[in-house]
Amino acid sequence: MAKFFAITILVIAILSAIPILRHTWWMAEDISTHGAPIDEQMSETMAEAGISFLASQFILAFFIWKFSNPRPGEKIKNFPGGAKAMVWAAVLLVGTEVLALGVFGAKAWANVYFTPPSSSAMPVQVQSGQFAFYFRYPGPDGKFAPIHPELISESTQNFYGLDTNNDPDAKDDIVTAEMAIPVNREIHLLMHSKDVGHSFFVPELRVQQDFVPGLDLSLHFTATKVGRYEIVCTQLCGLGHYNMKAYLSVLSQQDFDDWMKKEAAMQ
Amino acid sequence: MHDASAHNQVAHHAPPTSFIRKHVFSLDHKVIGKQYYGLALVAVLVGMALSWLMRIHLGWTNFAIPGLHLLSKNGAPGNVMTPEFYLQLMTMHATIMVFFVLTTAPFAAFGNYFLPIQVGAEDMPFPHFNMMSFWVTFVAFLVLVSSFFVGQGPTLGGWTQYAPLSALGEVTGPGQGSGVVLWAISIAMFCVGQLLGSLNFITTTLDMRTRGMSLWRLPLSSWSWFITSCMGLTAFAVLMPACILLILDHVAGTSFFAPGGSVINDQVQPHSGGSTLLWQHLFWFFGHPEVYIAIVPGMGIVSHVLVTNMRKPMLSHRVLVYSFGALAVLSYMVYGHHMFVSGMNPVSSLAFSFPTLIITIPSTVIVLIWLGSLYGAKLRINAASLFSLGFISMFIAGGVSGFFLAQPSTDIMLHATYFVVGHFHMVMGVAAMFGIFAGTYFWFPKMFGRMMNETLGRIHFWFSFVGAYAIFMPFHYLGMAGNVRRYQAFTPDYMQPLVPLHQFITIAALVTGVAQLVFLYNLFHSRFWGKPASDNPWQATSLEWSTPTTPPPHNNFGDKLPEVYHDPYQYGVESSLGDYVMQASPEQVKTVHDEA
Amino acid sequence: MRKESSFAAVLSAVVLVCSGALILNQKVSAAGEGKISGTVRLDGPAPHMKGIEMSKDPYCAKAHANEPAHLEQVVVGSNGGLQNVVLYITEGLPASALAEAPKEVLVFDQKNCMYTPHVLAMDAGQTFKVTSSDQTTHNIHPLPNPMTGNIPWNQSQPPGAAPIEKSWKAPEVIPVKCNIHPWMNGWHVVVKGPYAVTDGSGNYSINNVPPGNYAVTAWQELYGTQTQKVTVAAGKAGTADFTFKAK
Repeated sequence: MAKFFAITILVIAILSAIPILRHTWWMAEDISTHGAPIDEQMSETMAEAGISFLASQFILAFFIWKFSNPRPGEKIKNFPGGAKAMVWAAVLLVGTEVLALGVFGAKAWANVYFTPPSSSAMPVQVQSGQFAFYFRYPGPDGKFAPIHPELISESTQNFYGLDTNNDPDAKDDIVTAEMAIPVNREIHLLMHSKDVGHSFFVPELRVQQDFVPGLDLSLHFTATKVGRYEIVCTQLCGLGHYNMKAYLSVLSQQDFDDWMKKEAAMQ
Repeated sequence: MHDASAHNQVAHHAPPTSFIRKHVFSLDHKVIGKQYYGLALVAVLVGMALSWLMRIHLGWTNFAIPGLHLLSKNGAPGNVMTPEFYLQLMTMHATIMVFFVLTTAPFAAFGNYFLPIQVGAEDMPFPHFNMMSFWVTFVAFLVLVSSFFVGQGPTLGGWTQYAPLSALGEVTGPGQGSGVVLWAISIAMFCVGQLLGSLNFITTTLDMRTRGMSLWRLPLSSWSWFITSCMGLTAFAVLMPACILLILDHVAGTSFFAPGGSVINDQVQPHSGGSTLLWQHLFWFFGHPEVYIAIVPGMGIVSHVLVTNMRKPMLSHRVLVYSFGALAVLSYMVYGHHMFVSGMNPVSSLAFSFPTLIITIPSTVIVLIWLGSLYGAKLRINAASLFSLGFISMFIAGGVSGFFLAQPSTDIMLHATYFVVGHFHMVMGVAAMFGIFAGTYFWFPKMFGRMMNETLGRIHFWFSFVGAYAIFMPFHYLGMAGNVRRYQAFTPDYMQPLVPLHQFITIAALVTGVAQLVFLYNLFHSRFWGKPASDNPWQATSLEWSTPTTPPPHNNFGDKLPEVYHDPYQYGVESSLGDYVMQASPEQVKTVHDEA
Repeated sequence: MRKESSFAAVLSAVVLVCSGALILNQKVSAAGEGKISGTVRLDGPAPHMKGIEMSKDPYCAKAHANEPAHLEQVVVGSNGGLQNVVLYITEGLPASALAEAPKEVLVFDQKNCMYTPHVLAMDAGQTFKVTSSDQTTHNIHPLPNPMTGNIPWNQSQPPGAAPIEKSWKAPEVIPVKCNIHPWMNGWHVVVKGPYAVTDGSGNYSINNVPPGNYAVTAWQELYGTQTQKVTVAAGKAGTADFTFKAK
């Protein structure tokens, strides 16, 4: 029984590791300028976690194999190094390991969060609500008109509560259900929620940020590859959470301009 | 170290004779422990059944589950699960499992039964508080389950109940009105129950130890219950007021957690000035210690069971105890890792990241001490020791995925994905369940005077061990591929190709779940028809094996409380009994001292 | 003796009930005779209806791939006729005509992620059935004012689920939303007594109106209500045409 158990542990450990090593299910390809350190951090963590996982499962299996079913009269033995060895091993090996991870991880994090967006970054606003994202572009005047919560009406497609009758700034604002951005241009995403908590997650862009009702937050990123990607909500927001999505189109500058014209006509 | 006079202060209560006082409103810690176990058993069956429904839905979304409409008036038209009903099941599954199973079984059930016996006391110091603790918890469970039958059903907000989804009322979705209120009432009551329990545990450990039972002579299980109750006293004391504020947001029109300017269904909500992050801070200040409240008793039980079955003491008793303590202290400093992308200051994310990484050190020490102690052991294989070893394997597997979630940079990719779900199910769900199973197979003979069936126990183990890996390992792969959690279905998008993996998990979950019925059968069959157990069937050393009868008499030790002469785990010695000497035995033998 | 008298009592009761039923029946058939009909038009150019982007749900987007959907607040036919206007009688109906809701079960379908019909008129107490022709999950969330006695509900309908049968207690104009698809909105216009909804050319006909003098009200979701006096003579339909001014 014990030997069978040891083998089971070994087999499970190896089987568990195979999909990870083969990248059977893996992160989507990175299309951001800030994502490389995150991916590197991920691989390093995977290596350390994987080695710790396999090594300790192997030791567990080996000891179970070796030290069960003792012959009668056999004496117990003590681990040569004693507890001190274990504590030192934990502090030195794991301690330095996690500290290294922590320090390098902090750098990858700082890359994203501690560098302000450049002044030339293109502002795009995103509003989350149950259960859709709506995006707003300031239009030719470069100004986002103020939001009037009491005017928000999904049934008449006034998602941002714009006062188009009286507010000249509101007339040229373009509100869309899909987000389009020009490739290789830094985007400054201004985020707010109209109701409950939501989150903005684009795996390819290596960004995930919650919307916090009552707080204005922002993200900035640059997409480097033309394509159509998905924006998904990762913060439980109610019954339609699973269907709270939008598409992110990364377009060439020319295509982006055409898209903008088309959207302006739809308003 | 304690003198006998302290015990004389405790009123000696005579054994009750009426059925009600003996089995229902009992003051006896052993009966209360069994009641907690029974509650956890009912709760775990409900929780597991809910998870089956969810799993079937995730694998085959539009499959009509026969009879599903009986569970919910609106949630399953034509037996097809609606999105809101899925989320309601999910919320109830998580709440029931975390609170009413993982907290009650290893901590409240086994702790109640065995802590007073292991310290050599005749009962807990406040038996009425103890009785109240159980009955408040019991009513809390009824209140929670009752939400299935009122209004639009239970809350769908997840066990974390993030505001303002939880604070604005029915406008945010079915069950967000009365469902949330019942949830919050239930959890606030649960907190009261656990506060009373923790108070008793702490006092029992500090004031009720018998003559010769110094703190360092406490078995590891007692240490883990003691440390857990210290966490319980501080963590539940934070969650309870948070729940009360949440209730006020619903019934009194306050705005603790709801900010102004929210627009739902084109209507501006009548709230202003609340903070949604406040709820997250309060909740996780409780929530992370709660994870350790669930797992530390399991560690203690597993250590206790392993030591007995290894026939040798731990590499170091003290280092293990210090590590448990370090986990408890650090658990309060790491909770922010649940909030890396929550919009909290990114500097705080880094500040929370380092303690989270550092908490791996005591965890690693614990695992290494277990592994090091296995070296040179005379390991006995039985259902209890198999589950203990399985616990270690699960704890390692679930623990290493913590590396990823401890760092804000990698958490960007994994936050709120199935990776997190896999992580906590392994490390605190399955591992804690294995701890409960190990404790059950180990202590059942003492609790009921009968042995459990060993063959059935092993069958149960094999299905559970292989099944748990088959279910929860793939969760990590799903997470790597970006599969978001709390989605009831996968619309045509990048997650749809992952559905076959979900189907595999569903099948594994159903098979593993059915195997739990073997345990249930074993439990009930052995209770009445099991082989009669001797007083000390495992040749163990701690005080619960020195009771005059099995199960122990009403006052645990008969006329005279035992006196303790030894450290808890005197195995691998030569004595008149064989290779061990019991704590209560005055026999002097040559012992191997384990102090590092 | 006692037997006989009780027999007589039962017999007379039966006769009474039968004749009562006959009288009632006559009234119902009389009500069927008259009707009010007419046309509702829009005066002026139809306002611009914003396009609807449904890209968040690929199923919906695909259904409208060739022709984008638009808001349905104002739908005008080629002749200037205004669609989706509800006409109902606000004055002059005898109590007997209000007694019972029609037995006909109305259908409120969800098709291509829009409500069909966009405006569903019904008698208070009349049963309607919410169905879905879509292979995506919808949510039906009517938002009545609870003060009227109508109870709000919020329920989803996955593909393959059973239709949802409901009715409304009190007259009220109730907006209906789908929370999963925020652009979806429709109306339940609950009235007392006979009603009609204009077709694509703005024509309508309220049937089952007994002869008498009435006030007929037309309701349009953007332009509000208008009321006219109409007389229905025996064997002759009343006529009421309405014109809403575009804005």
